[in-house]
Amino acid sequence: MVGITAYGAYLPRLRLQKKVIADANSWFDSGLVGLGKGEKTMCNWDEDAITMATEAYADCMGRESGQSPAALFLASTSLPFADRQHSVIVAEALNLETADLRTMDVTSSQRAATSALLSALDIAAAGNGAAVVVSAEHRLTRCASREEMLFGDGAAAISVGTDGVIAELVCSFTQATDMVDHYRAEGQDFDYGWEERWVRDVGYMGILRHAVEGLLSKAEVDAGEIKHFILPTDQGRVPAMVAKRLGIADAAVADNLLQSVGNTGTAQPLLLLAQRLEQAEPGDLILVTGFGQGCDTLLFRATDGIKGKKPLTGVSGHLARGVAEENYNKYQSFNNLLDKELGKRADTDKTAFLSAMYRNRDLVNSFIGGKCTACDTVQMPKHNYCVNPDCGAFKTQEDHPMSGVKGKVATWTADRLTFDFNPPAYFGLVKFDGGGRIMMDMTEVDPDTFDIGTEVSVHFRIKQIDSQRGFRKYFWKAVPAA
Amino acid sequence: MARGIKDKVVILGAGCSKFGERWECEPADLMAEAFEECIADAGIEKNQIEAAWQATGIDSFSVGPGAMPLSMALRLPYIPVTRLENYCASGTEAFRAATYAVASGACDIALAMGFEKLKDTGYGGLPQRSRGVSNDMYYPNLSAPGMFAQLAAGYRAKYGTNKEDLKKAMAHISVKSHANGLKNPKAHLQRAITEEQALNAPMIAEPIGLYDCCGVSDGAACAIVTTPEMAKSLGKKDLISVKALQLCASNGEEGGFDNWDGSYVATTRIAAKRAYEEAGVTKPRKEISMTEVHDCFSVTEMVTMEDLYLSEDGGSVKDVLDGVYDADGEVPCQIDGGLKCFGHPIGASGLRMLYEMYLQLGGRASDRQLSDPKLGLTHNLGGFPHQNVVSVAIIGQHGI
Repeated sequence: MVGITAYGAYLPRLRLQKKVIADANSWFDSGLVGLGKGEKTMCNWDEDAITMATEAYADCMGRESGQSPAALFLASTSLPFADRQHSVIVAEALNLETADLRTMDVTSSQRAATSALLSALDIAAAGNGAAVVVSAEHRLTRCASREEMLFGDGAAAISVGTDGVIAELVCSFTQATDMVDHYRAEGQDFDYGWEERWVRDVGYMGILRHAVEGLLSKAEVDAGEIKHFILPTDQGRVPAMVAKRLGIADAAVADNLLQSVGNTGTAQPLLLLAQRLEQAEPGDLILVTGFGQGCDTLLFRATDGIKGKKPLTGVSGHLARGVAEENYNKYQSFNNLLDKELGKRADTDKTAFLSAMYRNRDLVNSFIGGKCTACDTVQMPKHNYCVNPDCGAFKTQEDHPMSGVKGKVATWTADRLTFDFNPPAYFGLVKFDGGGRIMMDMTEVDPDTFDIGTEVSVHFRIKQIDSQRGFRKYFWKAVPAA
Repeated sequence: MARGIKDKVVILGAGCSKFGERWECEPADLMAEAFEECIADAGIEKNQIEAAWQATGIDSFSVGPGAMPLSMALRLPYIPVTRLENYCASGTEAFRAATYAVASGACDIALAMGFEKLKDTGYGGLPQRSRGVSNDMYYPNLSAPGMFAQLAAGYRAKYGTNKEDLKKAMAHISVKSHANGLKNPKAHLQRAITEEQALNAPMIAEPIGLYDCCGVSDGAACAIVTTPEMAKSLGKKDLISVKALQLCASNGEEGGFDNWDGSYVATTRIAAKRAYEEAGVTKPRKEISMTEVHDCFSVTEMVTMEDLYLSEDGGSVKDVLDGVYDADGEVPCQIDGGLKCFGHPIGASGLRMLYEMYLQLGGRASDRQLSDPKLGLTHNLGGFPHQNVVSVAIIGQHGI
């Protein structure tokens, strides 16, 4: 049996209130008022597809170091580099066993995640072991566009394999058709799309519906048996329309979370799948579609194992821990959509020294410290000599992964002088449970509840953006427990 | 057993430029201004200087690398000149180098010059700069006030001090230094401030407000040192000699090991103990007449009072508020106005502090003159509370 073995998700904490977008832009396009309800997820300035993918994987698989899936695929159309494999960065941030690990970025289509999932299932079915698909999306949108109202940021992860299957793959069917409902050209920031009614009638009601029919026919399953129907779209009424036409029960139609998350692009099929898996009962048939230049369709059946497997936080947990953001300028600033005066302190040279970065990747990518085999002292960073003054032993430290270790704030400040995209810059000394400490950046801080002693966990985030050379650096930041 | 530096070297002359926003001045102008005062005070000719050390804190920011800036600024007579940098202790390091050179007998007369031209950045505060290729990958996104603000959090955590009391003591420190600086024509900031102003100033890095920060200035200061014998042969009386020169550099234990709580600066304590031993001081609060400490931020000065063993641990808030370190207090601190009013042209600061101690010990500090000081202590702290370089120097009347 091959199928889903675990699932997880990540949603940025910030939730932009859509009313503020409508209020700012309705003078120009009154049509936006109707879309200005609810909220959407919004990346903090230091989040992107990489950081969200890392979180989604951890939500799905836990933060234990040294996990050894056969493959890690990352699906997204908003990856920060055109030539640098992002799934490898995610693998190192998760401190996976990277020997004999297949990594791949799957991109250029809204069905990238479902296509990646099909390939992962093939790997598992071939007896190669477990494979994990992570999908994350952080798309830029034009001011006052429909997309600005409807797109959200988020990530989801699905692990597949043959052991511990919680949802068995029943069947899949893919239709490849070059229908350009929208596109984003190489080197361009924003999508260009065609009329929604055409996309609805020819795309969803046509290509997607036919693909589902092909799947059901191939699987010899009746549409009425489907308990969860996932049709990712930002056209709110489309899933129910398509379901009705197909004969799928209304109750089976997955909500696209357009008032709470928004359309998370390639991540949307897996995000909705992760949400429905939280609710699924043994025996439930789950139909997932991914639409874009054709359509992927996958049919799963939940096993008895479904009840015993939950993500760390899951979609429901992430939905519940949002922080309302009502500052539209902050949203535009975080997404670099404004030509903003950042001040002279932002002017410094931010060259990434790639050879030094490579040398330090255990610390920078994987947050690995050292543990002295002579005295057990944990230290960050790892060092030739033990930091314990009563030990001081030379070359006794073993790698000690710290990314899953919680800590407490020992000292801190909120710095308004140093340049930060989201001032003030919080940083301070974090003492880790079980030993080790480091002076580090903090993010997602609530000033009303934060002080010495606050519990934190560490998360892979953007540290600095070198806009001059198109590079971004990552490191770990302490985040107060939600 | 080493016998230390006590009374082996004396200050022959000292000079200090006006500190401030010296828009019209090149670094060479600042150096010349300090040097002309210094050499006149020393009563020697330039060609009697046998070696010189140049302290500049920020790598190549304004004058480029190497020691030519000093040698060329003063047209020194082709003598050995060395540039050195050791964070905010750079000025004191130049003084240490010159002092050691004289003490070793390698030369009779040596010059220590420190300067910095900070006001060419186009913005306030210290220049934003790299901490090193690898360090920049994981050091937090920090400013100097942000790093020193950690002391306030650590102090609160250790002693349970409430935010208001701590902030009030910090305000008192700044009010006191401004009152002192008002009397100093060489200070950058020469105006009094009120406690209310300090408390309500814009926040820079919680809980450090604008008036908890020292100024940012251009400036230069220097000293010429020699042996007591040479000074006497030049007709000098009432010599002022070096009693102790200590330096301590962090090894990473404070930040990386669990024995430091953020409420103090470990290196200051180590350097202070060594300096007191070198100078033969056993009761610092009784024997030290006055101090110039590294008040980059008010909270730094506050914990430094404990780190120099002038206040009991946990006692500096009360001592500060009781006026122990005011101009008319038991151990006046920053009688010249401190970094608070002089600003912190990094390479110059340590020598600027020594300059004031030298004036005070010689009874030449005009309106600021303290009554019969015997020993003056200077302290520099460069880097961050958890990893830094600290210098502690003690100078005093020769032979006591």
